[in-house]
Amino acid sequence: MKLMEASYATLRAVRAPLLLLEEIAGARIGEAVRVVAPDGSEQAGEVLRIDSGTVLVQLFGETAGLDLPTTRVIFSDRVRRAPLAPGCVGRIFDGSFRPLDGLPPYLPERWAPVSGRPLNPTARARPEEFIETGYSAIDGLNTLVKGQKLPLFTCAGLPAREVVAGILSQAQLAGGGAFVVVFVALGLTHQEANFYRRVLDNMAGGFVAFLNLADQAVVERLLAPRFGLTVAEYLAFERGLDVLVLVTDMVNYCDALREVAAAREELPGRRGYPGYLYSDLASLYERAGRIRGRPGSVTLLPVVTMPEDDITHPIPDLTGYITEGQLVLSRDLHQRGIFPPLDVLPSLSRLMQHGIGAGRTRADHRAIANGLYRCYARGRELRRLEAIVGRDGMLAGDRRLLDFADRFEAAFIAQSERRSVAATLDAGAALLREFGEEGK
Amino acid sequence: MNGTITGISGPTVSADLVGVRLYEQVQVGHAGLIGEVVRLEPQRAVIQVYEETRGLAVGEPVTATGEALMVRLGPGLLGGMFDGLQRPLPALVARDGPFLQAGGGLFPLDLTRRWHLTPCLAPGAAVAPGQILGTVAEGPIQHQILAAAAGTIKALDGGDFTVEAPIGRLADGTLLHLWQPWPARRPRPCRRRLPVTAPLITGQRCIDLLFPLVKGGTAIFPGGFGTGKTVLEQAIAKFADVDVVVYVGCGERGNEMADLLDEFMALRDPWRGGALLERTIVIANTSNMPVAAREASIYTAVTLAEYYRDMGLQVLLLADSISRWAEALREISSSLEEMPGEEGYPTYLGSRLAAYFERAGVVETCGGGRGSLSMLLSVSPPGGDLTEPVTQACLRAAGAFFMLDAGLAHRRHFPAINWQQSYSLYAQEAVGFFSDRAADWGGLRQRCRELLRQEEALREIAEIVGPEGLQEPDRLLLASVGRIRDEFLSQNAYSDEAFSPPEATAACLRGILADHDRGVAGLAGEAAGATTGGGP
Ligand SMILES: Nc1ncnc2c1ncn2[C@@H]1O[C@H](COP(=O)(O)OP(=O)(O)O)[C@@H](O)[C@H]1O
Ligand SMILES: [Mg+2]
Repeated sequence: MKLMEASYATLRAVRAPLLLLEEIAGARIGEAVRVVAPDGSEQAGEVLRIDSGTVLVQLFGETAGLDLPTTRVIFSDRVRRAPLAPGCVGRIFDGSFRPLDGLPPYLPERWAPVSGRPLNPTARARPEEFIETGYSAIDGLNTLVKGQKLPLFTCAGLPAREVVAGILSQAQLAGGGAFVVVFVALGLTHQEANFYRRVLDNMAGGFVAFLNLADQAVVERLLAPRFGLTVAEYLAFERGLDVLVLVTDMVNYCDALREVAAAREELPGRRGYPGYLYSDLASLYERAGRIRGRPGSVTLLPVVTMPEDDITHPIPDLTGYITEGQLVLSRDLHQRGIFPPLDVLPSLSRLMQHGIGAGRTRADHRAIANGLYRCYARGRELRRLEAIVGRDGMLAGDRRLLDFADRFEAAFIAQSERRSVAATLDAGAALLREFGEEGK
Repeated sequence: MNGTITGISGPTVSADLVGVRLYEQVQVGHAGLIGEVVRLEPQRAVIQVYEETRGLAVGEPVTATGEALMVRLGPGLLGGMFDGLQRPLPALVARDGPFLQAGGGLFPLDLTRRWHLTPCLAPGAAVAPGQILGTVAEGPIQHQILAAAAGTIKALDGGDFTVEAPIGRLADGTLLHLWQPWPARRPRPCRRRLPVTAPLITGQRCIDLLFPLVKGGTAIFPGGFGTGKTVLEQAIAKFADVDVVVYVGCGERGNEMADLLDEFMALRDPWRGGALLERTIVIANTSNMPVAAREASIYTAVTLAEYYRDMGLQVLLLADSISRWAEALREISSSLEEMPGEEGYPTYLGSRLAAYFERAGVVETCGGGRGSLSMLLSVSPPGGDLTEPVTQACLRAAGAFFMLDAGLAHRRHFPAINWQQSYSLYAQEAVGFFSDRAADWGGLRQRCRELLRQEEALREIAEIVGPEGLQEPDRLLLASVGRIRDEFLSQNAYSDEAFSPPEATAACLRGILADHDRGVAGLAGEAAGATTGGGP
């Protein structure tokens, strides 16, 4: 197959973020193109649909300034690829992989298509190595393991970034070693981005950042996570590193997808998001994992701000259907001054079973977690009853469970400093003992 | 027949291919991607491509193969793991490394392995399709080699054969092999359909007692994410009393499939003793694998299941999740620009699903045996809302409905089967079958349902007056039903009690009910004592 760039000036229509070209020969689906505006500036694009010589292109950058007669579109004859080399660590790029740190681009070892390829399910190794985040609500009850994809569901106004920063700066891998963090910012404000940069600068294992900020091209948000994940896969599976990918905020990604779908006049699905949102999100989230017989791992932590605090909104809903659990922040806990405001009832780590117990955390981990969960769930249920009948109308045992729920939130969930998993389990066991719920 | 690509949109490709038939399989592009002709127009064929089309260019060649999309049937399927197009996934790792490549299909069966054939027919015998030519031992089962065509046997040899080597031939010259192809979308025939006669024991106390299943039946269990669909599917795949299990991971997680393989490799079949993996076929088309192959995956799976059913075996097909299949259907339909029905699903969603469920049942096989195919499908309703089209279409066709309840799951009550809303249309027959294992099955079931019903009413009262306001007998009832929930209906899939044979299920409930009865008798005694003591 010959690789040949071809330049065309046959733009027939522009409807942001789409371009329609005619008389194109031999276009590829997904082909990377460069769009050169009359003023000489360049934008990245990609072929979405081909019908004979008519080609529909999606533009990742701005359409402003384009015209029909003189805008040129250069077809690269291949799909979009990312440059890979160890030199990417420590660098900051924009959402289109252009350096933002003033340094020259690094010399790539090789290039890889950004959409990646699906991991053969039989080549996967089961994620089971414990990651100590330092938060009891996670380590004790919703344990994170290497290679897991675990989103953080938050609501507007909750301290999600403080929780994420806490995880980044405190996380320790079982058996030592440090994470390399791949940070993908999608539509963040400058203030938020600066907050994260300060955290990243202190990462022992280094970081690679892709920043698309609130005032930057919307459609580029479809590209940035793919660059991030391609780099993460490379560092993990070819360089043997443990990589933690943080993507925030996935809502901005989904909104970009919706914008393109609307421009294509596709039939909108729930809340206007396209019917393929599930498959599209899966093509990102499923890139987390481990490979049998190889070192390295990709652990994925996407942040989803639930629109209207609604967990059944399509974005958190489909995310939860794909990821291996979810960490849910609660407005109620936050309002009562509890940090981290992690609500353990709707939270879940589906891979916890394999990551805990003797030889991983501690032999009594499962029993303590089950005990805490059971008592807290009953206590929380009884709070509703208390609101109706009052505390005096309740049985003594039920009143104790109400007390338990309060103490659990104050003494176990809330914390001002990092706890080791041993300290977490000791705190949990002490709580159960205090309420005579041990060993039940 | 050859042509070239003229247009591409996602997984849909048009080509200037004439003279092909609808649903004919084609090879697309230089990479030889697998596709199927889905629409014919003058001078143009529209092709559904089952693999990633990214990078495909207009002008690349398209070649018709002359046959429909086929499933390859023969010994060596058990213990295998395939993608939605029946490509052997472990062999692909060996060839291509850990990441999947588009193009370059592989034959699903091991071509080097030799099987010892014991013929059951002699030269001169007349055969009809589906009749048994001979048997080979495949792990724990006697794998019947079934005739693919009618004719008179000219030669049929015993001995060791690879799947490709001819084992004999018919008088008309047709060669006989250990394997045969079958079009995935066409149901395999049977002599006739039979009524159900046996329970499907799942080893799940709640299902076996309250909502029992039968061999040849169908069940769905819808539930939002985290309500325990996958864990339940996998538990039943491990413990059900069947000969063969076909498990389809349809548009779900890759790690779950890896986990399933690891576990099934280590576990033993609780009924027949062999390694669990030896009775299992896994089809894995995870959420990040091509969508069109996901749509095909459930057909590949059901064809494999029917093939083993045709050997007179009891087969269970589990799919997780049928919603992901429906979404794949929707994606394909929309890329073909078909007129959408409810929530964008094509209007034929319901009829496709109904036809799929019809492939379950008990049959007299063409070989004269008696086989069954049962189906358990999970449903993933958006936002957990059961009024959506896929759940509703499944409800019309399925024989049992287990509603997985997010409230129960949040309380970590698993399996989170809501006992008020769920039902099994097989309950009446099945209770009779289970009574062979425990004579008081029907009585236990009756009492359990009654207590659960009473508790429901009582809890509403307790919500108003508080538990302090309740009478002693009512509090006893709440306590006993609390035990039924915690010790009987909940069943931890990660503990020793993950599998509960019917005898243990009955004993567990019997114990709780006996304690309850003693409590009631005690209260009655106290009341009687109080009356006597308080008398003159
Ligand atoms: N029978 C069970 N016993 C113990 N835990 C269970 C059981 N069923 C589900 N769970 C818990 O619920 C989680 C989610 O279950 P899963 O089957 O993956 O949900 P779904 O497929 O509906 O999203 C599991 O990771 C496990 O922690
Ligand atoms: Mg599941």
